[in-house]
Amino acid sequence: MAAPDRASTPAIELDGIVKTFGRTTALDGLSLTVGRGELVGLLGPNGAGKTTTIKLLLGLARPTRGSGSVLGAPLGDRAVRARIGYLPELFRYQPWLTAREVLALHARLANMPIGRRAAAIEESLDRVGLTDRAGDAISGFSKGMQQRLGLGVALLGEPELILLDEPTSALDPIGRTDVRAIVRSARDRGATVILNSHLLTEVERVCDRVVILHRGRTIASGALDDVVAVDGVRVRVTGLDESGHAALETFGPVAVDGEWLEVRPLDAARIPDLVAAIVAGGGRVHAVEPGRGSLEARFFELIAGSTET
Amino acid sequence: MILIARLTVQELVRRRVVWVLAALTIVSVLLVAFGLSRLVELAREDGVPELQIRVGVSQVLIMIAFMFSFVLAMTAAFVGAPAVGGDLESGVALAILARPLRRADLLLGRWLGSAVVVVLYAAASGLLAIAVAVVISGFGPPQPLVAVAFLAGEALVLLTLTLALGSVLPTIAAGAIAVVGFGLGWMAGVLGGVASALGVDALRSVAEFSRWVLPTDGLWRGVIYGLEPPLVVMIAAGEAGDLAEANPFYATEPPPLVFIVWSVLWVALVLGAATWWFERRDL
Repeated sequence: MAAPDRASTPAIELDGIVKTFGRTTALDGLSLTVGRGELVGLLGPNGAGKTTTIKLLLGLARPTRGSGSVLGAPLGDRAVRARIGYLPELFRYQPWLTAREVLALHARLANMPIGRRAAAIEESLDRVGLTDRAGDAISGFSKGMQQRLGLGVALLGEPELILLDEPTSALDPIGRTDVRAIVRSARDRGATVILNSHLLTEVERVCDRVVILHRGRTIASGALDDVVAVDGVRVRVTGLDESGHAALETFGPVAVDGEWLEVRPLDAARIPDLVAAIVAGGGRVHAVEPGRGSLEARFFELIAGSTET
Repeated sequence: MILIARLTVQELVRRRVVWVLAALTIVSVLLVAFGLSRLVELAREDGVPELQIRVGVSQVLIMIAFMFSFVLAMTAAFVGAPAVGGDLESGVALAILARPLRRADLLLGRWLGSAVVVVLYAAASGLLAIAVAVVISGFGPPQPLVAVAFLAGEALVLLTLTLALGSVLPTIAAGAIAVVGFGLGWMAGVLGGVASALGVDALRSVAEFSRWVLPTDGLWRGVIYGLEPPLVVMIAAGEAGDLAEANPFYATEPPPLVFIVWSVLWVALVLGAATWWFERRDL
């Protein structure tokens, strides 16, 4: 599977990509570089161009202008797709096939060597928790199970690049946790993963880096803490008296909700000082949850910023 | 391409399309058997000459073939329109085409798998109906294989058209356009016959043009030719002369070779154009 160009080229490189659909501009000069083995969250509101970006990477759509490469091959290259796993946002698989048959079909379509197929299929079924339902027709699957199957299809044969477009939209909290574990293990074995989502909480727990798109352009890129900074904290406290409460006002506005105190805004660097002040005031600290500003709020800031520039 | 073709046949079997077609074949053959046996029985009771019965059976077979060609056109439209269009609309195509599969292989594989099912249906239904007629009346059409081949050809043309349109337009629109086109083609053929009989050259040219644009009606003439006993051809030609051409259930000669070649080329050209377009469109 390892290509000779593996180390020398980034997994993804897009340079000034413009994509228009009629009079609508989906991507407006998008440039993006993703290194090998990175786990990147592609964030943005609906219509930001996330899905279009993924489709361009897979040759499902062609750029109007601009150029790029995927795993060292130019955009639109057919052979390179054997090394890419993809979960579409609109995940639908042949309802008259069983889960195992869908994976077998994709193993063949991906030109996987015959000798490797059976083991890869069983491994994929096991990874997404569908081994017990492998022989059932997909028409009887819930949306969540179909999304698990889609994830299994995307991970089949340990591809070098995995593109997941809204991978948890139909999953319950347990399923979301499973997806995080699956994504991390894929990254740990060296795969590059692009996680496409409009949910900040979805990507903040797993991604090394986030890229925020708006109207087809990158408006922010970097580590999550850099892009959406910690701007407050929630602390669960017992035993803090009136004077202890009053002392905390020096850190910023304090909101009380039962045993929880919320101080916002508060610079992340001051959180240890806040905890120390609570303890000094006689309080017992049971939990500390640094809080980020909402993605929506950050979007508004970034969008306002990008409009000004 | 073969993988997709096999997948298409598997789909049509699992989605019970093949079983429904098989059941329809059995029902239609039983109805043909019942109708023809009563007809022949009554005619023989009335002392109708065998030659006349033979002519009657041939005309009934042509009528049945005509109705069956409509059923076949609808079948081709229903199978062809969603073959690629359905995959695009449902999103199944996104997952498949994200693999190193040529789009042409998806389109042509879908066509091949659908064509196998439609042609087998046409052949099974057509040959069984003819066999039943032979068993019951003792008379069979002169060229049953030719008739069935043209019938299957007609279905293939419609299948190709709907599948090609389905890769560009919504599936419902693709199916509707194909069925309407089939009907218009047939009507143009009738009008062309009338125009020939009455010597209206302008109308005849339009009809002839439409026959080449959508070759279903021309192929239908081949079906009739395969089913028509030579005696009927001779009598009709002798008595009615040019007016016989106005009858849509009558053909004095098979479609010319150049038309048959054009029909094959038409299928190839439409598939080629659909593939060219499909290769370039965004999904």
